[in-house]
Amino acid sequence: MSQQSVVSRLRTARSAPLGASRPRRTHGRPPWMERPHWYGQGAKAAALVVLTVIVLYPFVLAIGTSLAGREELNANGGYVLLPHHPTLEAYRVILSGGVVTQAALVSICITLIGTALSLACTVMIAYGTSRPGTVLGKPILLLVLGTFLFAPGIIPTYLAVQQFKMLDTYAALILPVLLNAFNIVVVRSFFQSIPEELYDAARIDGAGEVTVLFRIVLPLSKAVLAVVGLFYAVGYWNSFFNAVLYLNDSSKFPIQVILRSYVLNGQSINASAMGVHAVPPATSLQMAVLIIAIVPIFCVYPFLQKFFVKGVLTGAIKG
Amino acid sequence: MADAPVTAVRPPEPQPRDPDDADRPAGKNGRKGRIRQPLRYRLKRDRTLLLLCLPGVLYFALFFYLPLAGNVIAFQDYQPFLGFKQSPFVGLANFTALLAEPEFWSAVSNTLQITAIQLLLYFPAPIALALLLNSLISEKIKRFIQTVVYLPHFLSWVVVVAMFKQVLGGAGSVTTLLMEHGVTIGNVMTDPGTFKLLITAQAIWKDCGWGTIIFLAAIASIDMGQYESAAMDGAGWVRRIWHVTLPGIRPVILMLLILRLGDILSVGFEQIILQRDAVGPDASEVMDTYVYFHGVVDGDWGMSTAAGLMKGVIGFALILAANKLAHRFGEQGVYR
Repeated sequence: MSQQSVVSRLRTARSAPLGASRPRRTHGRPPWMERPHWYGQGAKAAALVVLTVIVLYPFVLAIGTSLAGREELNANGGYVLLPHHPTLEAYRVILSGGVVTQAALVSICITLIGTALSLACTVMIAYGTSRPGTVLGKPILLLVLGTFLFAPGIIPTYLAVQQFKMLDTYAALILPVLLNAFNIVVVRSFFQSIPEELYDAARIDGAGEVTVLFRIVLPLSKAVLAVVGLFYAVGYWNSFFNAVLYLNDSSKFPIQVILRSYVLNGQSINASAMGVHAVPPATSLQMAVLIIAIVPIFCVYPFLQKFFVKGVLTGAIKG
Repeated sequence: MADAPVTAVRPPEPQPRDPDDADRPAGKNGRKGRIRQPLRYRLKRDRTLLLLCLPGVLYFALFFYLPLAGNVIAFQDYQPFLGFKQSPFVGLANFTALLAEPEFWSAVSNTLQITAIQLLLYFPAPIALALLLNSLISEKIKRFIQTVVYLPHFLSWVVVVAMFKQVLGGAGSVTTLLMEHGVTIGNVMTDPGTFKLLITAQAIWKDCGWGTIIFLAAIASIDMGQYESAAMDGAGWVRRIWHVTLPGIRPVILMLLILRLGDILSVGFEQIILQRDAVGPDASEVMDTYVYFHGVVDGDWGMSTAAGLMKGVIGFALILAANKLAHRFGEQGVYR
């Protein structure tokens, strides 16, 4: 509810007195708006269709190709939009152990552990700096906000990770990107928007800071935590460059790096080594890897979609 | 106000109590009458909160400020086995060497070209899309389109580039389709000539929809009465967009433009690294990739750190300058 207040504050930002009555945005066409010409409507509809096709076509193409058999691919010149005889053979091959399975597992673990750690540390520092009058609260906040202004650069960060003996470890995929100042600001500003009376009431009842955090603040912050958790999780799942930078051991590579070497660098997936006789076509295998790299995002996207607009706006205004 | 006697005694305005004042050290001008607890007491009082901050502070210290300080190796002849404590200082030698390097200037030029193209093509795209979305009357269609166009933002660059390859690559589906109809577009993915347009197209495909969020919110904050009066005065939809919507979202546009200006020197690092091999470094090397390939890959630590530091300092200066500029235009800017 307090998040809404941030959004509504943005909405009312330009109208002079807060709470003054002004025409509400209603559904449907406002009475003063002229009826559109059919060609205007047509152009708009065409634009929307083109837009939707441009965004969705590559997804459908990848799914279709990953499900298609060899004959169909050959007949269609390499890619298939809607296969007539879909087969899950490509998925069976890449998920039956081997490099891709391993990489997918690595990515899943990194994402789960990383998101949990990131979220915990974000909540902690956001809460620690959100209470008014905390000693050292301002300097700590400046420490966080300073990251918006400067960037340490690739080389010094790499050398630091090297100094900490984290090269070639999974820790290098999590710790250097553990926190993000933007997310901290989002969570902190949400905590501050919780009415002070709730804190006071809890404190009068004898609750300490930790109890307040767990019993009052966190239950109220589910939405914002979902958004920030999503941002962290997507970041970990999609992270590609850190793995290239910090890892040498190819058995530790996450899925994005594997996807790159198979699809972009054209490395062939050694399917026959997996004891499969009828090897699915290379394109199907590649697209199957691509789909596996997208599936988790597809899974969380619908649930979190309703939250993230608010999350983005909160950060944009306060940050 | 004007006819109030100058000597009138104003009642002291109640000062808004700023709780953070409690731990500001009382300097010479320190406000009197406020009891300040001793530091040790306040540390003890807030120890739980401080403990909560600890992991975060450690993170920023170790992975942000320590590397930031590590930029000293830009002034050193850094040798990995000596470490930055024992590597000899060479003053500005790294910078002079860097500025004499043609490859560096090629990277700078590529970076600026890409930024220019993206400011021209990528920056207005979300604004246009937001205007289109805003013009939709049906909430259902609007929500559906939003769901669709936000989606690519969550994909990794590897996935985006792979998708472009399957559609527009040498054997891509659209390339093949066009070839069957007698149109040869060649392999867009490996053509250095069109590379800068290609990565702009990829950036638009990925983030244009996501970029509309902030513009849509800004548009929603515009008073509908303004549209109504404009319509009463005979303004058509074009004039309403030009005279009501666009001025209404001007602060947001300026703010994002400033943020982009501060980032002039960073353009799609992962995106370019992924495609550098395909088109060659002449067309694709930008400052970040230059730093990465000359530092981590070739081991020229001092010089590439110098390049990175230069980029950081210029970016910092640009942010400050752009913000000043916004204030000059009478806008809020990013900060005061």
